[in-house]
Amino acid sequence: MTHIDVAETNFRPVAQSSNRVAGVKPIHRILAPFPVAYFAAALATDLAYWRTAEVMWERFSVWLIAGGLVMSAFVALAAVVDLAFARQRPAWTRALGYTAAVLLSIVNVLVHSRDAYTAVVPAGVTLSVIVVAILLVYSVTAGWTLTDRRHGARS
Amino acid sequence: MNCLNIYRSAKSKRLATVFAVVVAGLGLAGCNYEGGDPRVQIGADPVLPAVQQYLLPPIRIARPAFWGNDTPKVAQGLQIHALATGFQHPRSVYVLPNGDVLVVESNGPKAPVFRPKDLITGVVQGFAGAKAPDANRITLLRDTKGDGVPELRTVFLDHLNSPFGVALIGHNLYVANTDAIVRYPYEDGQTSITDKGTKLTDLPGGPIDHHWTKALLASPDGTKLYVGVGSNSNISENGMEAERERAAIWEVDVATGAHRIYASGVRNPTGLQWEPETGKLWAIANERDEIGPDLVPDYLTSVKDGGFYGWPYSYYGQHLDPRVMPQRPDLVSKAIKPDYALSSHVAPLGLAMYTGSALPTQYHGGAFVSEHGSWDRTPLNGYKVVFVPFSSGTPSGVAQDVVTGFLDENDHARGRPVGLAVDRTGALLIADDVGDTVWRVSSALNSTASRSGS
Repeated sequence: MTHIDVAETNFRPVAQSSNRVAGVKPIHRILAPFPVAYFAAALATDLAYWRTAEVMWERFSVWLIAGGLVMSAFVALAAVVDLAFARQRPAWTRALGYTAAVLLSIVNVLVHSRDAYTAVVPAGVTLSVIVVAILLVYSVTAGWTLTDRRHGARS
Repeated sequence: MNCLNIYRSAKSKRLATVFAVVVAGLGLAGCNYEGGDPRVQIGADPVLPAVQQYLLPPIRIARPAFWGNDTPKVAQGLQIHALATGFQHPRSVYVLPNGDVLVVESNGPKAPVFRPKDLITGVVQGFAGAKAPDANRITLLRDTKGDGVPELRTVFLDHLNSPFGVALIGHNLYVANTDAIVRYPYEDGQTSITDKGTKLTDLPGGPIDHHWTKALLASPDGTKLYVGVGSNSNISENGMEAERERAAIWEVDVATGAHRIYASGVRNPTGLQWEPETGKLWAIANERDEIGPDLVPDYLTSVKDGGFYGWPYSYYGQHLDPRVMPQRPDLVSKAIKPDYALSSHVAPLGLAMYTGSALPTQYHGGAFVSEHGSWDRTPLNGYKVVFVPFSSGTPSGVAQDVVTGFLDENDHARGRPVGLAVDRTGALLIADDVGDTVWRVSSALNSTASRSGS
């Protein structure tokens, strides 16, 4: 809950200013790469676990996915702020893709919470591959934004 | 819950629909597995369903309630009353030759957090009343008249380290802490020990110490101690190097402290007892979790010297556990099927081979088993003490309920039975680590036990 307060107080001035200053970037764009990095790292540690069956890698994976989900929550909050205050509208295709990746990661963190080998192989690592693939397509094509500027926002 | 924000903020019916479908899917995958009739899993040939793997592991704990003036229910011909109350998480009971009862008040060390899951597990155990502070002591009760009303209660031994097993050999009292066996000098009739004790041997303890209880049994000739050492994980998820000399029954030489692995592959062996007719070693074991409400049945078994009982690679003989990698076909091929299944997730933690004659005749020759009760199965299973009749040294019939009523009508646990012992008069003693009581079950016809179940 404290995070919400921090986000609101920190970002509101920026968001408000964007009403006046043209060309201010939506703030969720700063945060959106973080989950991608976490989930991609989890894929790497999943692959390491798959090859070695060394439990350390599985623990890295589950913490990384959990961390990525926490960061996704911040992205969501920031996106709310952007929609509300930064005169943005949802970019449906990209937002859906990103959302699908986060949803799959929720499933993935549960799979990774299983005990021992089947926490990762085969379902966990498969989900990690799908999540990273979706997010890479998104990041390459979309420049890390889930929203577009509203028409009315053009200066 | 954070993900909810995304969809609300996106103001999209489509997304809300996707979310609802996913949540429903998780619910179906995680919550709707109901266990079957436990009776098909009691005996020599339990029905074993296929392995299930979960997205949301099933957690079904019994919240604690209080006994008040109530007591557990007993089978016909028996009566029960509290031998003493007000303990702090009593886990095991041991009867000294002069009839004094030792009550081991103990709880496990704090579990480390390796994964996000461990944070949740800690909270859940707190709800189940399993996070009581560790008293680390043994209390002595003396009931000279044998009427079930102790005249004396003293702190017998204090400042232990998660103790569980106790064994007396001559004038040496051995206490199995979670990390070592310690020897104390004991004189007949002694009511407290102040001696610091001498370590006989280290036992596998922290830092993980997943199954922390160390059951203890002396050999009849007093030269060996048998120690139940539980595994360091559910199913090897902490790595096999953490399982060194665990999931095993140790044989410790009393003179030197040297040990060897007497039997292995037993996930969490407790309740070590000698079967009186054959003189064989028997044990109860808690089997693995998270592959279904009816897998894997916990068991009662004779323990063969050098025997391997499957954990973690397989269960009930050659049934492979897909969660273990690398597999060990060489070990699986020689895995022994346990003798007697008690049904799944009942968590047997106390065993008493009955050799007395004070209880009604149907209990002459057999084993009392206390079932601490399930935490990950719907409906709940266990939460009672059963009797398994034996003939010619092997189980000869279906387990009968002896002490029940640990759950109230709302499935709250007023108590959970743990350690068992038979007192000097032939009555059955039950440690109850949620009710913080030691119960005494005696024959309803026995006039010396004057107080009825009140």
